[in-house]
Amino acid sequence: MKILICLSCVPDTTSKINFTDDDSKFDKSGIQFIINPYDEFGLTKAMMLKETNGCEITAITVGDISVEPILRKALAIGADKAVRINHDPKDSYSTAVEIASYIKSNSFDIIITGRESIDYNGCAVPGMISEILNLPFVNACINLEINDNSIKMIREIDGGKETIQAQTPIVVAGQKGLVEESDLRIPNMRGIMQARNKPLNIVEPINTTVFTQSIKFEKPKEKEECKLIDAGNVTELINLLKNEAKVI
Amino acid sequence: MSVIVYTESWNNVFRKNTYETVSYAKTISNELSEELYAISFGEVDKLELEKLSTYGVTKVYSFTKINKGDSQTVTSIIENEFSDSKLFIFSNTYTSKMITSRLSIRLKAALITNVVDTVNNLDPLTVKRQSFSSKAIEKVTAKTNKVILSIAPNSYQLIENNTNIEIKIFDIEKDSDLNILSQENSTDKISLSEAEIIVSAGRGLKGPENWGMIEELASLLNAATACSKPVSDIGWRPHSEHVGQTGKAVSPNLYIAIGISGAIQHLAGVNSSKNIVVINTDSEAPFFKAANYGIVGDAFEVIPKIIEEIKKSSL
Repeated sequence: MKILICLSCVPDTTSKINFTDDDSKFDKSGIQFIINPYDEFGLTKAMMLKETNGCEITAITVGDISVEPILRKALAIGADKAVRINHDPKDSYSTAVEIASYIKSNSFDIIITGRESIDYNGCAVPGMISEILNLPFVNACINLEINDNSIKMIREIDGGKETIQAQTPIVVAGQKGLVEESDLRIPNMRGIMQARNKPLNIVEPINTTVFTQSIKFEKPKEKEECKLIDAGNVTELINLLKNEAKVI
Repeated sequence: MSVIVYTESWNNVFRKNTYETVSYAKTISNELSEELYAISFGEVDKLELEKLSTYGVTKVYSFTKINKGDSQTVTSIIENEFSDSKLFIFSNTYTSKMITSRLSIRLKAALITNVVDTVNNLDPLTVKRQSFSSKAIEKVTAKTNKVILSIAPNSYQLIENNTNIEIKIFDIEKDSDLNILSQENSTDKISLSEAEIIVSAGRGLKGPENWGMIEELASLLNAATACSKPVSDIGWRPHSEHVGQTGKAVSPNLYIAIGISGAIQHLAGVNSSKNIVVINTDSEAPFFKAANYGIVGDAFEVIPKIIEEIKKSSL
């Protein structure tokens, strides 16, 4: 079975987010980049499936040369090959088109992505890939088991969960639950050495148009100073919530 | 021409975020001088469908036998029924995320998710959305003729707009590529993503056996309960309650954080809350910087007092 794991290269969670070019672009200077946390759950799941079911794992990302460290990390953790589509992603649509085009020419049984990326939070790429390729799609997947060529999954839905069975090929957008936080892997020295001999292919983009364009960023309003209330005076808290904030 | 609003139902009823989305859609359809039509999938009573007229829907298409989780079928139906429409409004739920992304490809329509403000400009359509895990507001413009907007819950108020409604019920059935084996609902609880008040607790509570007072406070306030990441990782509370990055992002009117220090990962999921109350023994806890109101004190002393006070004032 062949698995494709789609990775997005995102600023580390603790990064201060700033913008340049008259607030029209994200300022990458001084930012530490990581594998998108939702994608890392998927990557770890792919590694487990490789161990239990002998799957072949390809990691893919869309980006310029600066995103290669995340692919090297995926290879060091155990992915068999890596692919970088040499294109600075502009919107969900163009990103999905590039990945779908790669999938068309290199068939896969399971395509795993994260539920969303922590930078643009679009939640759109996995669904778009599945539509371009006319494949079934399971969003917010929190469990996945392979039985022959059918797979059984649990997905989170608003206010509950669903157990589903589907045939491959399929697109799955994962989140925590697919694996636990404690299952996440750190590359070891042997993995890092082996990764050097694994293929990292660069694919040129097919240059699609975009559907949306970011024109301006702003920071949310600063919070006012926190009003501290004495622990012995909860009446005041209740009053403030009732009469000042008017929320209870 | 008409603006289309996707009206999601849960166990035969519409919820608040459905009506928020309808209110949002009605505001735009008024500006465009177009009718507002709704589409619904799954069993919904006629009386429930009629409620949409309160918020300005003039026609509703109800596909009672189609599972809303079957995104391929749902997308095809929307595409076929509304081929002339240019604007489609959804709310940002798990189910709609599966539909909007497909529909975007089918219709060659720009998809703008996580929308938190009214439309800035109609042509080209320009609107503000939340990005960078609520550390930024991004103004986005559509480069296509057709546009799909997905509105973040709790970001738009309900606006009544009474009208007459035509109800069209369809009972076609379709097989799905996904075979749903079972469904587990936690319907007795208020859903986190649309709760107006959330009571959330962290490791400061010392153990799962101490959640009784959190649940009591939540039930008094008609609130949902949530927790921090470490608490769900150790298994004190289910993952579905984990709020923050890699968990759920929420935007209630009031978020009460008890015994949570306020790591940046947690704040990423809560800082679009309108009011934050922090209760923590550590006056240096970073969460106080993000809070509107704070109490430095022991949850085991403060929470019972708050509960008592609320009972006294009988909210």
